[in-house]
Amino acid sequence: MNQPSNNPGERQYLRFTRLNRLLHATMIVCFLSLALTGMTLKFSYTGWASILSHLFGGYESAGYIHRFAATVMVGVFITHLVDLVRRKRREHSSWKNMLAGPDTMLPTRKDAADVRDSLRWFLGMGPRPQYGRWTYWEKFDYFAVFWGMVVIGSTGFTLWFPETFTLLLPGWMINVAAIIHSDEALLATGFIFTVHFFNTHLRPEKFPMDMVIFTGMMPVEELKVDKPAEYEKQVAEGTLEENLAEPYPPIVIRGIRIFAWTALGIGFSIVVWILYAMVFAYR
Amino acid sequence: MLTERTQSVLINRGRQYGLLAILVFVGVLPASVRAQAAAECLTCHENRDLQGTRRGKTIRVFVDQKKFAASVHGSLDCVACHADLAGKEMPHDEDLAPVVCGTCHEKVAAEQASSLHGKAARRGDALAPRCPDCHGSHGVLRARDPRSPVAPMQVPYLCGKCHKEGAPVQSQRAIHADHILENYSESIHGEGLLRKGLVVSATCASCHTAHAMLPHTDPASSIARRNIAATCTQCHAQIEMVHRKVIKGELWEREAHVLPACVDCHQPHKARKVFYDQGMADKDCLRCHARPEIVSSKNGRSLYVAQELLGTSRHVRTACSQCHAGVNVAKARPCETITQPVDCASCHAEVAQQYTGSMHGKLVERQDPNAPTCIECHGTHAVLGKHQPQSATFSINVPKLCARCHRAGQKAAVRYTGDQLNIVEHYNESIHGRGLTKSGLTVTAMCTNCHTAHGVLPRKDPRSSINPANVPATCGTCHHGIEEQFRKSVHADSIGAKGKQLPVCDDCHSAHTIRRADEEGFKLTIMNQCGRCHEQIAKTYFDTYHGKVSQLGYTKTAKCYDCHGAHDILPVTDIRSHLSRENVVATCQKCHPGANRRFAGYLTHATHHDPDKYPLLFWTFWGMTGLLVGTFAVSGLHTLLWLPRAIQMRRQRNRLSAPPPTQTTAEASAQDDEPTQQ
Repeated sequence: MNQPSNNPGERQYLRFTRLNRLLHATMIVCFLSLALTGMTLKFSYTGWASILSHLFGGYESAGYIHRFAATVMVGVFITHLVDLVRRKRREHSSWKNMLAGPDTMLPTRKDAADVRDSLRWFLGMGPRPQYGRWTYWEKFDYFAVFWGMVVIGSTGFTLWFPETFTLLLPGWMINVAAIIHSDEALLATGFIFTVHFFNTHLRPEKFPMDMVIFTGMMPVEELKVDKPAEYEKQVAEGTLEENLAEPYPPIVIRGIRIFAWTALGIGFSIVVWILYAMVFAYR
Repeated sequence: MLTERTQSVLINRGRQYGLLAILVFVGVLPASVRAQAAAECLTCHENRDLQGTRRGKTIRVFVDQKKFAASVHGSLDCVACHADLAGKEMPHDEDLAPVVCGTCHEKVAAEQASSLHGKAARRGDALAPRCPDCHGSHGVLRARDPRSPVAPMQVPYLCGKCHKEGAPVQSQRAIHADHILENYSESIHGEGLLRKGLVVSATCASCHTAHAMLPHTDPASSIARRNIAATCTQCHAQIEMVHRKVIKGELWEREAHVLPACVDCHQPHKARKVFYDQGMADKDCLRCHARPEIVSSKNGRSLYVAQELLGTSRHVRTACSQCHAGVNVAKARPCETITQPVDCASCHAEVAQQYTGSMHGKLVERQDPNAPTCIECHGTHAVLGKHQPQSATFSINVPKLCARCHRAGQKAAVRYTGDQLNIVEHYNESIHGRGLTKSGLTVTAMCTNCHTAHGVLPRKDPRSSINPANVPATCGTCHHGIEEQFRKSVHADSIGAKGKQLPVCDDCHSAHTIRRADEEGFKLTIMNQCGRCHEQIAKTYFDTYHGKVSQLGYTKTAKCYDCHGAHDILPVTDIRSHLSRENVVATCQKCHPGANRRFAGYLTHATHHDPDKYPLLFWTFWGMTGLLVGTFAVSGLHTLLWLPRAIQMRRQRNRLSAPPPTQTTAEASAQDDEPTQQ
């Protein structure tokens, strides 16, 4: 919105593919649905949980929403994995090239250096590191989803089909699964709605909202400042021009903005409710 | 006196004289002669087929030697009775003269001769009974011998041969009473004799005498109006003492002509079904009291008696003077001798005794102005039965009746200090109240079903029907099946923990706000009811999925009673418990059809706060919490450290993008506005 030289009609750097953006948007809807319906159960002893549960049409329908969203979320996860395979075939000759290449999501030696240099920068002991295409905190967020999918997903399925799972597991594992599921969910929601939101929305230089995950585009000027290493690389390889695209018309931007703000609002509300439940009504 | 004269004609006396005569007679005769004489007759008469003639009719003249020998007359010569054969050659002439029992039984015979039976016999009435018709002939036995037809147990059947409905005597002779045997057998006398085998119970002969029965119109009859009291007091010797509320002791005999006789109230043959001849003096009373303007000279209250109310009342057949006791018919105003108020106890003694012991009765005793007396609930002259819909004591009207004093703010409610408030409103909304008032279900529990009608006592009183010890039995009068289950459960005082306050019905269901057990509201509150005693276990329940869903206000999940049972709760160690090893899987399967043995291992009351009981859950929880805290600590610190630099970057960028001279003013102002908005 207030990015420098965000002039209408000026071509912007395309950072995210359309599929990635679609998956992220779908994930937002699923995640919020899961968080809202799940938290009503976790904090059932609070008034807001009861009201929320009734808004969802009762715990039964809330349960259906929760499981439906969970299924879609798994679909999102699988789609992303399939996309990775397709991308490897299309753009990289081998997994090694893809995972060890410059745009890898895996942590690299540079990331370790970036962490160190970032801390120096924070403390005024050095310049801002030359962040590349994926910063270390972006990589952390990315793998947090993998961790969460495995931990919350597996325990969730255990709770969904306890009769089947107890054919193999002892009954008390259901209790353990419930604790892991709910506490990991608390971690996920807490992390997403605070740290992740800060990184993308509340960071003063991005405030109030970084639209790149929705539009997929960022002004070249911003790229230059934010991810200098990426910019340098694009310029050096001469690929910057082919990665530029026409920005969306303002009406689309507005629609996206409304969606994003809604999601943000719900996220913050959940944080407030959780804090209220933990601080004032904990048991 | 009158009594002695009547007594002299009674059966017992007659029988005694007769026996005495026989004994004297037997003692005089030498044994050898007697034996020979009887044996002589029996040489012919022991033949079963021997026949003779009597007044032109062929009859069997067989004499059963055994029966005769066993009879009271077994030691007599045949000629002692068949006197016309004395000194005759054998075989003797036929067509003997009838045996005259009176030869020996003089007194009895005289009584019999003057009785209805005797007179009929003299008239030549073919239906008239003669001695052998009742006593038999050669086999006469003592009345006290149970085989005798005149033994007390046999008397109603003996008399009934002629006096039962449809018998020639009953239909062809002037017998005024009907259904004598049926009525007798249902009366307290008949019941005592025939059902309970009480041989001292009054039989026909006890009242009518054995031999001197006379119509009640005959002044000499034992059932003549003047003699009835004497007849009844043979057995009911102290009856005047217990009837002193109706009549002053000695009056019955002294003034038998003015007082009601026993049978005026206790109908003959139907004794027990008390029946009072109506209108004995009511007309006299109503001469004054039917006038609407009549008032008491003492306090001016109206003494008017509305006849139309009296006519439909339960006491329609009760005479005024029976309730307003103490009248003196000798006075011009018989009521001027009345000194006591109406005492319902004179007839309703049992109820009155219960009432006296009740809270209401005690208030009366203390002369409390608020005390409800009989008339408070039952009314006065218009008193109706509790099965009459117009009655204030009809089940549907009872809550309204009690509410007159027990509604919040009324005189009974204001003195009450317990925890049951707004009982009338609560009751009306309860399942019982709605059943009664909305559905008109008269068998629904209302006030008196639980509190009793006349024995109302506070809960603390151990005799009270609503004392915790008695509540299961009280509720069990209707909910019997539930009571049976409850009595076998861990909450029953015979089974449950000793010395602990165990719950009874109302602890879970409440007293006046009882709801349907399948109502959502009830299902949700019941968990809190369990939690009042099982505090810890209820709390941990709310830590699990079942509890959390319930807490959200939904009932389609397992609640206490779904697993533990409702009324048949037993410790899980009990094999019959729903949660015993044998039953727990089936219990889970009620909701989870695929449940298996391992599934039942789910910890339904697990908490992650107890490291001793649930170490795995405890450490899982703290492991997860550690992860959470660690993640937030690292990322939070990272963010906080980043924040100053990020702000710095923003300022720098704003400076860099300060409007160059080529930019339009509109754009410039838009960019300048942004930071101030934040």
